[in-house]
Amino acid sequence: MRVLVVEDDREAAAYLTRGLKESGHIVDHAPDGQDGLHLAMGGNYDVAVVDRMMPRLDGLSMVRRMREEGNRTPVLFLSALGEVDDRVKGLRAGGDDYLAKPYAFSELLARIDALIRRNGSDTVTTKLAVGDLELDLLSRTATRAAQKIDLQPREFLLLEYLMKHAGQVVTRTMLLENVWEYHFDPQTNVIDVHISRLRAKIDKGFTEPLLHTIRGAGYSLRAIP
Amino acid sequence: MRFLDVFRTATFRLAFAYLCLFAVSVLVLLGFIYWRTAGLMATQSDETIKAEVQGLAEQYKRRLLPGLRAIIIERSSRPGQRTLYLLTSFDGTPLAGNLPQWPPETEITATNWINFTYESGPENDRETRPGRAVQVVLLGGFKLLVGRDMKEVNAVESTIRATLLWALAITGFFGIAGGVWISRNVIKRLEVINRTSREIMSGDFTRRIPVQGNRDELDDLATNLNQMLEQIERLMMGMREVADNIAHDLRTPLNRLRNKLEGAMIGHASREETTQALESAIAEADGLISTFNSLLLIAEAETGAHRDTLELVDLSEVVHDIADLYEPAAEERGIKLIFAAPSRVTVRGNRSLLARAAANLVENALKYSPQGGAVTVSAFVARDDDRPTFSVRDTGPGIPEADRDRVLDRFVRLERSRNTPGSGLGLSLVAAVARMHEAEIKLESAKPGLLATLSFPQVEDAHAPPIAAQARRVLPAPTKAPKVPEPEIQG
Repeated sequence: MRVLVVEDDREAAAYLTRGLKESGHIVDHAPDGQDGLHLAMGGNYDVAVVDRMMPRLDGLSMVRRMREEGNRTPVLFLSALGEVDDRVKGLRAGGDDYLAKPYAFSELLARIDALIRRNGSDTVTTKLAVGDLELDLLSRTATRAAQKIDLQPREFLLLEYLMKHAGQVVTRTMLLENVWEYHFDPQTNVIDVHISRLRAKIDKGFTEPLLHTIRGAGYSLRAIP
Repeated sequence: MRFLDVFRTATFRLAFAYLCLFAVSVLVLLGFIYWRTAGLMATQSDETIKAEVQGLAEQYKRRLLPGLRAIIIERSSRPGQRTLYLLTSFDGTPLAGNLPQWPPETEITATNWINFTYESGPENDRETRPGRAVQVVLLGGFKLLVGRDMKEVNAVESTIRATLLWALAITGFFGIAGGVWISRNVIKRLEVINRTSREIMSGDFTRRIPVQGNRDELDDLATNLNQMLEQIERLMMGMREVADNIAHDLRTPLNRLRNKLEGAMIGHASREETTQALESAIAEADGLISTFNSLLLIAEAETGAHRDTLELVDLSEVVHDIADLYEPAAEERGIKLIFAAPSRVTVRGNRSLLARAAANLVENALKYSPQGGAVTVSAFVARDDDRPTFSVRDTGPGIPEADRDRVLDRFVRLERSRNTPGSGLGLSLVAAVARMHEAEIKLESAKPGLLATLSFPQVEDAHAPPIAAQARRVLPAPTKAPKVPEPEIQG
């Protein structure tokens, strides 16, 4: 996948570029918003990672211009301004996700993956399936191997999010943000417990586990480990 | 301040301008009074003389000299006569009248009017009196003078003039004195404000401008300035606290992080050991980030940076979501998490910060509750004072009465709450969020355990739907909802 990195800090940019290349992406780097805008409008990128505070043109303005000119490339904001209000500003300017610095690289990778996939399938789906696990979004029922699974509303949301991102790594923070809509890190392992409950419901009694723990990163729902 | 400085003040200039306007109007008023009294008297006396002359001229025409003479003699001898008569021949020999001779110092004004003085009274007590007369030359060369004694008129006139001048002087005096007095008073109070400002500028931030309590503009000014000073002081305290906290809280873990990285670099370590050291360093860095975020958030909440983002929030919903999030974790520890929020409890607040505060309290309660214990989270409208309230009760060891004060102290002054496990900032954050929402925080014994209560101020338009509820739905609208039971967290 082609990723555009717009970041003025040279070291941070080098780290990002190296990490993303190692993960199999093709990476272009722009040192400021002006160049970033130029590259974004010219190249055909799958996702752009944009810093907020940059010389010449700041990240918010850059993305706003991109959107004005009809560029729909998904944008992930990277910023040292991590407060809720800043996040809202970033999303309003046309960003698709927001990650506060400092961040874990696995977190960034998982979010970039989520953005690239989301861009691919924009059609409205009413049924999700991973292996023999099926989720009907209309009747709000879950079945595995034609066997009905009883889920609490929140468990349903959790499973829905995991299934929408099947095959990808989903971090705890992503789950907390998207399923619970909280933007803070609880000190306790709340998400892990929710996951293990869900796992007990969907994987117990089946030989093939679907919900996997990815060490140091998060979770992944997939049919083949 | 020197006395002369009074004249340079804006207040005095204002008072002086007012005084001038006042003096002009007083002058106009007094002038009018003078014209209507003294002036009228003079005019009337002149009118009388004119009429008299006209009458005598008629008589002369009709009855010639003898007739005129007889009339003048008759009129001059009336007792108490104030009208003066003199009829002379063409060479000045008196023929009749009560004036002995033609007045010597005649000052002829326009149209035959003369002002003069004459001698009058008995032989031994002569006095010089002022007079005013008209002189006419009759047909045949006879000269006639008709006048009036002006002594009384003049006396009244000068009395009036003196009175009016005095009135003017007194008005002027009181005007100036009043102006000085008023401006000095205002200046004195302004000077107090100035002095306080100077003291504050030189570093004494505890100073406040005294408020007189009579609710005038200067009191308003003082109150507003004081409020501004309070806000500034709070902000400065916040900054100082953050700086202190950063120094204290971040240095130790940063040092640990450095040690770990250094340790990993020193040779002879196996690859596995190095990885382990690096992982532990990353964990240390994560801890640092989280501490740092908490400190920032506390500072922001303390300084009220989020105050403009307040909206109507349903506390029940906030508490419900938090209970929902923590319920499995509680169950895993063998603790019952009981959620009780019977109805909507609306407060004005920041949903995300309220959720964080609730999460911190619940985490704390879970941390200290023993296995088999219970944590009760509830949102309700207090029965005694109708305030929206949120409380967390646990069955842990609680806090001894004596220490509770200390903990509450630490609540208020956040800096020393660091000897608890974790980042130790959890309760400080709760306290900061409470203060930002103007909520009262209370710690009580739940016998056993601890009961933490946050009482929020009442919201006037509590029945309006919370804005947050529309923007944020936990569950998609239940279309053809199957039998999914409401999440009931009862352990």
